Amino acid sequence: MSEPLLDIENLTVRAGEATLVSKLSLRIERGERVGLIGESGSGKSLTALAATGLLPAGLTAEGSVLLSGQQVIGAPDRQLNGVRGTAAAIVFQEPLTALDPLMRVGRQIAEPLARRARRDGETLSRGRLRQAVLSLIDEVALPTPERTARAYPHELSGGQRQRVAIAMALACRPDLLIADEPTTALDVTTQAEILRLLDRLVRERDMALLFISHDLPVVANTVERVVVLQRGVAVEQGPTQTVFAEPGHEYTKSLLAAARAFDAALEGRA
Amino acid sequence: MTLLAAENLCFGYSRERRILDDVSLSVEAGDTIGLVGESGSGKTTLLRLLLGLQRPQSGSIRLNGSPLDPGNAAFMREFRRQVQVVYQDPYSSLDPRQTVFGIVSEPLRSLRIEGNHRQMSGDALEAVGLGRDVLERYPHQFSGGQRQRIAIARAIAPGPRLLLADEAVSALDLTTRVRIVELLRRLSTQMTLLFVSHDIGVVASLCKRIIILEKGRIVEAGETRSVLADPQHPYSQRLLASVPRLDIR
Repeated sequence: MSEPLLDIENLTVRAGEATLVSKLSLRIERGERVGLIGESGSGKSLTALAATGLLPAGLTAEGSVLLSGQQVIGAPDRQLNGVRGTAAAIVFQEPLTALDPLMRVGRQIAEPLARRARRDGETLSRGRLRQAVLSLIDEVALPTPERTARAYPHELSGGQRQRVAIAMALACRPDLLIADEPTTALDVTTQAEILRLLDRLVRERDMALLFISHDLPVVANTVERVVVLQRGVAVEQGPTQTVFAEPGHEYTKSLLAAARAFDAALEGRA
Repeated sequence: MTLLAAENLCFGYSRERRILDDVSLSVEAGDTIGLVGESGSGKTTLLRLLLGLQRPQSGSIRLNGSPLDPGNAAFMREFRRQVQVVYQDPYSSLDPRQTVFGIVSEPLRSLRIEGNHRQMSGDALEAVGLGRDVLERYPHQFSGGQRQRIAIARAIAPGPRLLLADEAVSALDLTTRVRIVELLRRLSTQMTLLFVSHDIGVVASLCKRIIILEKGRIVEAGETRSVLADPQHPYSQRLLASVPRLDIR
């Protein structure tokens, strides 16, 4: 078996005296879809940032994070830039702040495309770059690629902006897509569309997925394996079906009971 | 008895695009109503109109049969005594420089309600599951869920008949959300509740009646149980089908 795409061992993240993530171990193999569940403050986003060496200043990480074999902890940005994007790309929660408001959507997608090409030792001509941008816009099912490429973020809806952010991540052709609450800011009908899109893209491109969310039903429908985080500690992990059907830890049980109560009400069982 | 009635409300910022288009609803005393809609559906605007914070371009709003009159200060004081609101974000809806007592007793002062304000604030805090001992503390000393309890205590302190809640549990974590929904359920036995939310699961578990808004129009309204079991309007059907379920079928 080849080495895992992401191999986190005993990751501890601290802010001064406070321990935010404690001895977390997590491994993602090629093509695998893993969910990271937790409430606010559980450390799920920090884990994603630590995995790509993007922790904000003031936070320190210990332990080992191997991303495509490259040790992330303690590595300088110069070295990490080699794996960022290529090994893993992130889609964040809020597409409005993730996009540059002053740049047309097409250019924002073109940037990672060109960078990835340079890294592969190619130079894309303007025509070919443009073609690649349009085909990515088409791949994330945005309407009228030509027009969308000329649009500014504020001219798009929240769901469309998130599609642009996904297109930018895809432009890097990552082996691992990290999605940090990608649908939390979206309406429920839009969420359903984005989840279907992510599912299709991950399968078609044979990417691995690290899906971070507080929303249990969303996770249940998206990933094969889950890790439950409580105040920085992974209290439970296992196949989604098993963890959701027979939770072992009290915290997982309480989360599931809460989610079930609303689910049951929806089905008219409460 | 009809507590609050809205008839044929229309509102818009431009002629071409109506935010609310001919919306009518009536809130009966003792009702627990969920107003559901996605962003842009007009649910917040409708709430602002019902609170008298904005005037409709046409249509009328009546409280106990009397038309809402935002220009009449005495009427509005009586209106606010009877209709109170809880907002979404307990981090921005509480004044960080005031004590909990200052916050919870604020409507008692501004509505010129007589009585022992300290006693009444303490009662309201106990009703939301916080003790009297929190009166002298400040908002930053509380978690999100506790802050939302303080916001609810402030709303129920003047003894309103109708409580409007604007996404009051949306900013809370799942386990906290369950507890606040439980609190609202308990309060709904004592007062009428109009609960505005995009979260259909919460509405399903809390509200007897449901109103579904799409692009400024009410597309479906009725008993929650029957609407969820058999939605009639295509939008309601799509909305319900989009809600992810825990148990993968």
